[in-house]
Amino acid sequence: MFFRTAWLVLRKDVAIEVKSLEVLTTTLFFAIACVLIFAFAFVKNGQAPEDAAAGILWIAIAFSGTLALGRTFERERYAETLRALLLAPAPRPALYVGKLLGMLALLASAELLLVPLIAFLFQAALFSRPLLLVGILAGGTIGFCAVGTLFAAMLVRARSRDVLLPILLYPITIPVIIGGVRGTAALLASPVDEPSAIMWIGILAAFDVVFVTLSLWTFEPLMTE
Amino acid sequence: MMRIPLLLAALVLQPPPGQSEFVPVNELPPAERLQAAPFLIGAYAFVWIAVMFYLWTIWRRLDRVEADIDALARKTPPR
Amino acid sequence: MRKAFGPLLLVVAIMFVVAPFLIANAPYESTMGLIQKIFYYHVPSWFAMYLAIAVCGGASAVYLFKGTPIADAYATAGAEVAVVFGLCGLVTGPLWGRVAWGVWWQWDVRLTTALLLELIFIAYLMVRKFGGPGAEKLAAATALFGTATAPFVYKSVDIWRTVHPNTNVIPTLKPSMGGPFAFSSLAFLLLCTLLLTARVHLAKRQMTVDEMYLAYEDQS
Repeated sequence: MFFRTAWLVLRKDVAIEVKSLEVLTTTLFFAIACVLIFAFAFVKNGQAPEDAAAGILWIAIAFSGTLALGRTFERERYAETLRALLLAPAPRPALYVGKLLGMLALLASAELLLVPLIAFLFQAALFSRPLLLVGILAGGTIGFCAVGTLFAAMLVRARSRDVLLPILLYPITIPVIIGGVRGTAALLASPVDEPSAIMWIGILAAFDVVFVTLSLWTFEPLMTE
Repeated sequence: MMRIPLLLAALVLQPPPGQSEFVPVNELPPAERLQAAPFLIGAYAFVWIAVMFYLWTIWRRLDRVEADIDALARKTPPR
Repeated sequence: MRKAFGPLLLVVAIMFVVAPFLIANAPYESTMGLIQKIFYYHVPSWFAMYLAIAVCGGASAVYLFKGTPIADAYATAGAEVAVVFGLCGLVTGPLWGRVAWGVWWQWDVRLTTALLLELIFIAYLMVRKFGGPGAEKLAAATALFGTATAPFVYKSVDIWRTVHPNTNVIPTLKPSMGGPFAFSSLAFLLLCTLLLTARVHLAKRQMTVDEMYLAYEDQS
């Protein structure tokens, strides 16, 4: 029942998104615009500073992730589908897991384009340790989306949701963003700093466990009126 | 009362331009060594002022709430 | 709680009058000298903040799962007091750092995460103020995530080698320094309790006003 519900919610979200591609295209466009702005801010004499690629990658993920979260749940609010979902006799945490997987799929597809783009634009050797890179990206994205999905779902009912989402999301997810940036920077160091990258993956995993557990635990009382 | 000018002095003392790296205090040239006392007194004074200010805001908000309660009590006759 | 306010205020006032004498008599630390005495206010400020955060987090969990209004009052009080003490820590820290390190601010893990913790609880207060109806639950969730971050902030200095001294410093203090430090910490924790009591009282009175106002609306 639990996994079936989660799967159904995920399939519903993916089906809607595949049809319109609205959130994915806007998110990608916004992410690339972010990369450009920060490239202008950091590049001097045609050369970006060493660690800039790591920072820019995660800034782009965080900013465009916020945009995607806001837009996805705005759609739910507009069609009142979230209320319908909550009225259904399904376990609430399963709904959360479904939405979380949907957001993860969305951000993962955005990263699929963003990471090669940054590697290309900044001559960053991001792919020298593909497994570690995937670990860092997964750890950071799961932590960010776990908090983001919970707060965006809650904010559907709030008055000033557009302002409150970034205000709440950024401070809480900064540890995860720091982990992502430092971990990626360790991969970009020459020679590759594997022990630090692995340490950061561990820290990211710890935060993911804490954030997902807290979210699953609080989703039910939070979404009950 | 002596503390406030010292606190202001501590706030006005800006770092010399271009200083961005960690320099242990005992390796600084004597001219750049700061007198510790204003900083120490500034820190203590800040904690005091912050706590007093916060207590004062609570007290003021409480005053306003009590006034509201009185006003409402007068408007609603006892049942 | 309200009856305890008067005696508590007296005890705290006496402790804060006595503390400077104890601190003045404590020996000078060998490398930093006089400025190290900020320690007796800086570290207890953070202890007080952790206490306030614990109150806020615990009360938020109770409010979220039980819905008791009084728990919400404690959570608000905890968050506000946490922000006040966090501010004290964030101001005394740079004043110490300016003399001991030569700079106001270092981007090291402890300083960054401490600032982050302060931001989370400021965000909590902003949600309560601007969130509109239903913001209490949203705020409670924020508080829970903030409380989950707090142990990380505390342990961060032990995980990474940073400019900031690590948590081992306190258990290994010399008794001549540990005594005044323990006294000062106790004074700050009591001060924190005092502020919490006052703020909870205010929240209770605010709840009374809301109830009376609703009753008045019903009548007219």
